[in-house]
Amino acid sequence: MVELVIFVLMGAVTLAGAIGVVRARNPVYGAMGLMATLFALAVFYVVHLAHFVAVVQVIVYAGAVITLFLFVIMFVGVDRAEDLKEKLAVQRPVALIVLVGVVVLAGVLVVTGRFDWVISSGEPPVVRGTIEEIGENLISIGSPSDRQASRWLLPFEATSLLLIVAAVGAIALAFYRPRRKDEPPAGPDTGPGS
Amino acid sequence: MIESVVVTPGWYMTLAAVLFLIGSGGLLLRNNALVMFMSVELMLNAVNLTFVAAARAHGDIGGQMAVLFVLVVAAAEVAVGLAIIVSIFRTRRTASVDELSELSG
Repeated sequence: MVELVIFVLMGAVTLAGAIGVVRARNPVYGAMGLMATLFALAVFYVVHLAHFVAVVQVIVYAGAVITLFLFVIMFVGVDRAEDLKEKLAVQRPVALIVLVGVVVLAGVLVVTGRFDWVISSGEPPVVRGTIEEIGENLISIGSPSDRQASRWLLPFEATSLLLIVAAVGAIALAFYRPRRKDEPPAGPDTGPGS
Repeated sequence: MIESVVVTPGWYMTLAAVLFLIGSGGLLLRNNALVMFMSVELMLNAVNLTFVAAARAHGDIGGQMAVLFVLVVAAAEVAVGLAIIVSIFRTRRTASVDELSELSG
């Protein structure tokens, strides 16, 4: 009963925010719609006992990512709101065909029962996504024979590499300046603080 | 009567599918790079919802771990992608992908 009410309310917020992202002429409104969607999804995560994921969702997505988006919207500017009209002639029809195709494919999968949502083997064990549970799964070494324990350790270490590469790449892109024709070829490019 | 309605994982999967569809529609139909980017975020979040719902349905925490990794990758993607958009805007003064056609033959 409670879950039904939450599902209906938050589902409405989720879809309204998502439609807002796609429909809004002003990207700032789109970012606000995206934030509403992300918050509603965080509520769903709490319903699913994934508390840590819900907290991370609010902090990382609704906090950091939306702020980053708003900064870039501020930088790029919203005064020249783009038209919703399409210049490429075939883009709209092809996009609609693709979307309808996805709907039909999903419907076929559901109707034919290829995609089985029902868990047959009784009630599943309750998983609680607490910090202890998540942390144990992430970085616990365990005994050498226990392969389950260190299942996520290598991906976890790989994400550190990914984040470093992404940070360095973003900084390199931010400092890259195309040389103008009237500019004399300068010496070695110096970063900030020099 | 309404008390007997049970919200099954299928409901969440359907909601996630609709969310994914809206996101892909925005990606295909809009031509502002920022809006396309936000649509990609919508699609990623739809997949996250299926992961979490499946984690509860199967009693396996692996779904929640996958969501965390998707979050990390999405954060890295946003950092690099927005840096690219800013860098394109500085040289071309536009955020519309229709105007970026140097690479088309």
